[in-house]
Amino acid sequence: MPEMIGFLKPKQAVLDRRQEIVADLKDLLPKGCLISEERELKPFETDAFLAYRRLPLAVALPETTEQVAALLKYCSRYGVPVVPRGAGTSLSGGAIPQEDAVVIGLSKMSRILDIDLFNRTATVQAGVTNINISEAVSADGFFYAPDPSSQLACTIGGNIGMNSGGAHCLKYGVTTNNLLGVKMVLFDGTVIELGGKALDAAGYDLLGLVCGSEGQLGIVTEATVRLIAKPEGARPVLFGFASSEAAGACVADVIGAGIIPVAMEFMDKPAIEICEAFAHAGYPLDVEALLIVEVEGSEAEMDAMLQRIIEVARRHGVTTIRECQSALEAALIWKGRKSAFGATGRIADYICMDGTVPLSQLSHVLRKTAEIVAGYGLRVANVFHAGDGNMHPLILYNINDPEDAARAEAAGNDILKLCVDAGGCLTGEHGVGIEKRDLMLHQYSRNDLDQQMATRAAFDPEWILNPSKVFPLEGRPAA
Amino acid sequence: MIVHFEPASEEGIASVVRSAAAERVTLAIVGGGTRAGLGNPVRTDRTLSTRRLSGIVSYNPAEMTMSALAGTPLAEVEAALRAKGQMLSFEPMDHRPIFATSGEPTIGGVFAANVSGPRRYVAGAARDSLLGVRFVNGAGELIKAGGRVMKNVTGLDLVKLMAGSYGTLGILTEVTFKVQPVPPAAATVVVSGLNDAEAAAAMAETMAQPVEASGAAHLPESVRGRFLNGALPDGAATVLRLEGLADSVDLRAEKLTTALSRFGSVSRLDAEATRLLWAEIRDVKSYADGTRRALWRVSVAPSSGHQLVAALRLQTGVDAFYDWQGGLVWLRMEADAEAELVRRYVGALGGGHASLVRAGDNVRASVPAFEPQAPAVVQLTERIRARFDPARIFNPGRMAANK
Repeated sequence: MPEMIGFLKPKQAVLDRRQEIVADLKDLLPKGCLISEERELKPFETDAFLAYRRLPLAVALPETTEQVAALLKYCSRYGVPVVPRGAGTSLSGGAIPQEDAVVIGLSKMSRILDIDLFNRTATVQAGVTNINISEAVSADGFFYAPDPSSQLACTIGGNIGMNSGGAHCLKYGVTTNNLLGVKMVLFDGTVIELGGKALDAAGYDLLGLVCGSEGQLGIVTEATVRLIAKPEGARPVLFGFASSEAAGACVADVIGAGIIPVAMEFMDKPAIEICEAFAHAGYPLDVEALLIVEVEGSEAEMDAMLQRIIEVARRHGVTTIRECQSALEAALIWKGRKSAFGATGRIADYICMDGTVPLSQLSHVLRKTAEIVAGYGLRVANVFHAGDGNMHPLILYNINDPEDAARAEAAGNDILKLCVDAGGCLTGEHGVGIEKRDLMLHQYSRNDLDQQMATRAAFDPEWILNPSKVFPLEGRPAA
Repeated sequence: MIVHFEPASEEGIASVVRSAAAERVTLAIVGGGTRAGLGNPVRTDRTLSTRRLSGIVSYNPAEMTMSALAGTPLAEVEAALRAKGQMLSFEPMDHRPIFATSGEPTIGGVFAANVSGPRRYVAGAARDSLLGVRFVNGAGELIKAGGRVMKNVTGLDLVKLMAGSYGTLGILTEVTFKVQPVPPAAATVVVSGLNDAEAAAAMAETMAQPVEASGAAHLPESVRGRFLNGALPDGAATVLRLEGLADSVDLRAEKLTTALSRFGSVSRLDAEATRLLWAEIRDVKSYADGTRRALWRVSVAPSSGHQLVAALRLQTGVDAFYDWQGGLVWLRMEADAEAELVRRYVGALGGGHASLVRAGDNVRASVPAFEPQAPAVVQLTERIRARFDPARIFNPGRMAANK
């Protein structure tokens, strides 16, 4: 396909020294921790944003914070770009490398260092998967709340990089609200610690700044996160509607009535069909839109809350209400939702948008999205976190047809601009990465963006870390 | 003579800042001035107040967000929310009682100082509710960051950076924040007669139960009588707040009573007493004593709070009570501030943050108000500061880590 998103031109001086750099990096790491053979570099040439790929100069897989520090010290000294990588599940191209870059992958740093149930914290290395944290404390009745759909694979380091969310964030917040501290390595190899088991830290909220910074400010090697007591029970319920507008209005009214369910997920007809065909979750196929609303608590509490939600849904002409009768059924309902992206990949290539809009704009944005995509002659499936207005239109296209791909990308850009114009933002949880970099000036003024870039430069004056990402290539301050 | 600026618009603020930056004139940034005692004392050439930049810009209860100009009185924000059955989930503390200040706290001041209360340990701090800001930087440019939606990862999160920066990075002109429905019912479970260590264990046990406690504080016998006009049962009071639908609160209170009965005698407070008690805990009523005796606010891991107090007691006279499951210790010193001692023990117990909230002028002049930081972090902080306020005109020294 034609490439519409630019990369920085590789530094010739770095490419010319490739052999020497590889040899030097090998010396900094234990045996087997540096990958430099083309065949072995292949798996690292892209992440889950598959439309773009670049072979990196080398991939380093350090086992300790000290090794990460040594790598960064070396790379900053010689001006070698560095691309941090967790599990490579970024949907915005946050971990796509470039030809002159060393990928620093944290996958070998996957130990849980400390579980402290009295203080309800877990301290883990950055390469621990999201689901592993909850699994490690599940038997004791606790869990870690942010649950991106990729939680089986994605790592906590990547979650911090992207400030990941998930279906249950409506009640429990996103990564930044559940992160207590990090150990991280700055561009020059300096190791710092921010936060810890105490809730307050001194000085500026650097932890808040690092969370969601997409590998621009440093490399997180360890994290301390909050654990929460598991609710007594949880029950997802399916609500079917005759139109997307009715479902969207129902979401706003539930929230407006002062009810905060733990999750409110939205699927339109194409998404329902795709997910049902894959997961056989028992989704109704005779509706135009579906809400998965999950409540939690004791049986009596869930009954009381559901009764109130059902009253609101009836006012919006709900056509199907299906309460699940067993844990198996509940698991199936979530399996269908959480596999939406994978299931869509079975029937077509797609790009997944990630705009966020104020709840009052949901219906308007859904209608306009359909018009935009139809205008490009493509199809769209919508599946998203409706409770917090985080939309995920999946634009279906054929990756082998260059014109189709260009149309899909153009439609995606139009949709994201629509979200911003409706009072929302370009990305709610996937990050800017490489994908939305050139749209940043649609959401921010030149001054706004300059202030962000100046802040970035306070951390990484030479612009070594993940350099092609997040900020438009034009207008960057000189190194 | 101190010149006092009170611009009534963002552009007015930007214009004052541009002249000040050009002439290297330092500015004290204030809202209602009720929290001026927080942080290191600052001496500046001029004062700039956001007081006239006042008013709620937009409020949509169904979206659970509000935007307000920075100088809007907190009371006005809370009244508008209350009228729609909503609230600020982080329960900002009112500093007037402990400082004996008058005046009106502003919503900008709440976020600039990241002021939170008892619910903070489960619902997050002020910074967790802040979704978007507009501010004037030290070059006199108007900058916006964040937005008005619940989830936003578009670029660097300057919103978090601005929260708790005490007016040293920029002057907040408008804030957008999320709000929450007021829970229809509330109750407090009281366990009486526990010592500090037992109370810590009872609070940890509470947080391990699926009851969603939204407050966990321990009021030792020395302070218990100063809350609720002495109406709490005899002996130290370990208090646990439950909120939600009326039936849920009842069920959860029963469940918690059963779980905690092995610790001591358990009783319950109704909704009205609950509201009053937690407002008093939030505002540190026990130490609103009209004195300037040194008052520390120490944040540590909940398991360390009572150990800190026990260790200090062997060395000096302290009075204390605990919020945030024991992780927030309010320490009133009976004689000296003992900064070196307090900070040494905080470090020895696994680290945290001891801030000197109140003290006599001599002490405030010599003790850094906030926990000193590692040199690498101080350097980073200085570089960030230089990118926001290159002429260093905003609240110089307010947050300085070392003196």
